[in-house]
Amino acid sequence: MRMKNISVLSIAVITVLMFVFYNGTTCSADQNEPVIKITAKKFEYSPNSIKIKKGIPVIFELTSLDRLHGFNCPKLGVRTNIEPGKVSRVRILAQKVGVYEFYCDVFCGSGHEEMTGKIIVED
Amino acid sequence: MEINRRDFFKLVGLGSAVLVFGSDIYSEAAEKDFYFVQLSDTHWGFNDAKFNPDSTGTLKKAIAAVNKFEIQPDFVVITGDITHTNDDPKERRKWLGEARDIINGLKVKNIKFLPGEHDAALDNGEAYQEYFGKTYYTFDHKGVHFIVIDNVSDPTSSIGDAQLQWISDELGKLKKDSRIVVFTHRPLFDLYPDWDWWTRDGAKAIDLLKPYKNVTVFYGHIHQENHHNTGHIAHHSAKSLIFQLPAPGSLSRRVRLPWNPTKPYEGLGFRRVEAKIKKAEYLIKEFQIKKG
Repeated sequence: MRMKNISVLSIAVITVLMFVFYNGTTCSADQNEPVIKITAKKFEYSPNSIKIKKGIPVIFELTSLDRLHGFNCPKLGVRTNIEPGKVSRVRILAQKVGVYEFYCDVFCGSGHEEMTGKIIVED
Repeated sequence: MEINRRDFFKLVGLGSAVLVFGSDIYSEAAEKDFYFVQLSDTHWGFNDAKFNPDSTGTLKKAIAAVNKFEIQPDFVVITGDITHTNDDPKERRKWLGEARDIINGLKVKNIKFLPGEHDAALDNGEAYQEYFGKTYYTFDHKGVHFIVIDNVSDPTSSIGDAQLQWISDELGKLKKDSRIVVFTHRPLFDLYPDWDWWTRDGAKAIDLLKPYKNVTVFYGHIHQENHHNTGHIAHHSAKSLIFQLPAPGSLSRRVRLPWNPTKPYEGLGFRRVEAKIKKAEYLIKEFQIKKG
């Protein structure tokens, strides 16, 4: 019986870990966190300038309108692929005011290098 | 073609900068010393006069300059982004063919190619391979083992597990003190990830190379010289032959630097590298493209 409980607990822990890692970084299951929807297509994000508050976590929901893109914001330690037909979620928690650039890190064509945006973190 | 030290300095005497990288200063020329030329980021097909009003002439000027060397290099390597991105597969092939024909104008016929993301990332290297062959391979030359790593055909700027295993297998055939030179397009280390100047799994390649005492990496991608060490492994990026990019992190965004009419071809050039086999040293000489 004790072994069975340990096994159930192990499966639960693994499931939670898989959920966390599958979603790229630290996506939370908290339903109350604000969600910002972002679309990606060759060669732009919409919106590409996003204001958030310092210390308040938000969820970015990213969808692609055409092909595989990426979302990478190295200074906030967040990246994910954006696959067509799927919603990619990342959790953003910025602890410092500032402007954080993000860019597509999956080569997508002639305008790939201009496919960028910024997260503006305010007090 | 073997050259001695005296000949080499005679050859490079007109240049402005000679850098020596390696274990220590050499005192005599080894029998097997040789030199090669590195061209990079030629972006054939790029057409924007704001950044280069001579976009179809710059590569040809570099080739003419190499052809004028009294002693020809043993080989020329082109470290990727031979062509600029073209979303149309048919046009992409046209540019790849045109670039290959121009580069074949080199007197030296031993030319080593590798892809950049502009050549290969949109179709996983399919068109590139039709014109230039394999995207990763090894070759030996006068005591140096060269490893060409493809970190661009995967559009996520990764080397990938299969190629990493291949690198591990290739290295397994070598002695720990073998002379190893790596050619690749993107920096293997995290030069500046904010501008995508890295290879996502480059650290794994560096870890594989670490046990080997004499490793030097030559790469392109960032359109400027950069010299960096990860432990004992030296990494040297080359100038472009089409437009300049800013120094890592020097601007808020990675943008092309406009052509300066008062200093035409500023920052555009190529290099020659003399390999000193005994001491595992690489003497780098930079050449700037000149008007005319």
